[in-house]
Amino acid sequence: MDVAIIGASMTQFGQRDGWVRDLLTEAGEACLADAGVPRADVEHIYVANMASGEFEGQTGLMNALAHDMGLLGAYAERVDNTSGTGGAGVFEAWQSVASGASDCTLLVGGEKMTHRTTAESTDVIASLTHPVEYKHGATLPSFAGLTARHYLERFDAPRESLAEVAVKNHANGTLNPNAQFQREIDVETALDSPVIADPLRLYDFCPVTDGGAALLLCPADRAEEYTDDFLRVTGVAGATDTHVVHEREDPTVMKGVVESGEQAFRMAGWDRDDVDIAELHDMFTILEFLQLEGLGFADQGTAWRMASEGTTARDGDLPVNTSGGLKSKGHPLGASGVAQVVELYRQIRGEAGARQVEADRGLACNVGGFGNCVVTTLVEGVRA
Amino acid sequence: MSLDAHRCPDGHLTYPGHGVCPACGQGQTETVDLADRTGEVVTWTTSTATPPGVREPNTLAIVEFDVDGTSVRALGGATTEDVETGDRVRPVHVEQLREPDAGIREPASQAWDGYRFEPVE
Repeated sequence: MDVAIIGASMTQFGQRDGWVRDLLTEAGEACLADAGVPRADVEHIYVANMASGEFEGQTGLMNALAHDMGLLGAYAERVDNTSGTGGAGVFEAWQSVASGASDCTLLVGGEKMTHRTTAESTDVIASLTHPVEYKHGATLPSFAGLTARHYLERFDAPRESLAEVAVKNHANGTLNPNAQFQREIDVETALDSPVIADPLRLYDFCPVTDGGAALLLCPADRAEEYTDDFLRVTGVAGATDTHVVHEREDPTVMKGVVESGEQAFRMAGWDRDDVDIAELHDMFTILEFLQLEGLGFADQGTAWRMASEGTTARDGDLPVNTSGGLKSKGHPLGASGVAQVVELYRQIRGEAGARQVEADRGLACNVGGFGNCVVTTLVEGVRA
Repeated sequence: MSLDAHRCPDGHLTYPGHGVCPACGQGQTETVDLADRTGEVVTWTTSTATPPGVREPNTLAIVEFDVDGTSVRALGGATTEDVETGDRVRPVHVEQLREPDAGIREPASQAWDGYRFEPVE
């Protein structure tokens, strides 16, 4: 069964006063309002959240949200796929409708993080690592540093190429009112910022963020009952890679990205050229290169040219992270993968304001762990 | 004390060991101690934003060992910040790599000793 996305929302990302339940409810209510769908129609609820128990001591979010939004009776479930949680939520919500189990599914992603110190947040996220990694103090940023050095040395890529990703995504973020950062930076600022995981510096990393995002899905053949302008999910797939990062045969290849991308493209029957815009998981600048290569938009070792040559700019051949990406928009873990598709929804429907680009077909790639578990989603616009 | 790589009947090596060999799915039946060997730094980083209970800065390296023509990699801290890609290093045992009580993981759930890598002249 074809699945449609008929509503979307995201909260302001950044440092928020509310707790995770508040953020989820804000996003969920805004999504129902956006779609104009009465709450009685909602049959399934998926809550994408990585670690509310660890961050806040609040578990059971699926039931909490059903109650807080007055959706009692609906089936509700929490989804965790670490930092790829939102993408996994998209996959689960799609499955719930595609299988015929639900005729109206609300997906809400959210995370509350900023009340913790950066060291504590880093540790919560690093708890996904294997014991032989965790005992050495390995963190997700340290994996990014190890991989970025290998990439730069092996492919003779200039250090500036990573800074160009940050510059591009910060510029895009200034045009997204919901983004955490509203400030352009230049290459020099990025290159002079403090070292976090050598060779990567502060501006190679996304911030710690609070926020929520939501999508509403229904069977495509019923979408017109609600709207004459919606998205169809044409491909969605997930895949895993090794738990132990150093065991990967090629440190610059994320097999979860490659396999989820290949499956999603096969399902959609699309070529790479069919994609007008992409939202990639730029938790670290180096990840934009690895996804562009893993998804087949660039040959291995060449994607570093794309930001500096303007290919991935808003006016380039393949605009990447028009939303500002995780880099500038922020990365509330469970919300991020949902917010990627929210950006595709806004762009394809022509509602993206100052950052609007021409787009009918989009791709979102949400990366959990350091490529440990990945979901790739393809959507296209339908105008009835 | 040992730094054990695990081998399946087909000769594939992994560090750490796994329930089944990731390459061929067979059970792993042998171990090879890497502690007395030297390896080569594939890549490294110095992390300055470390979690609770972890030294700061924390220099980490991925090191590749050659065992009779088969390579196997291990991640570990370095004993010095003065590391470069291609350096030869040897494992040095450390009783406690980070403070087990300071982080989020249950201290009893895993080992906290292990090997850091020291450049050899």
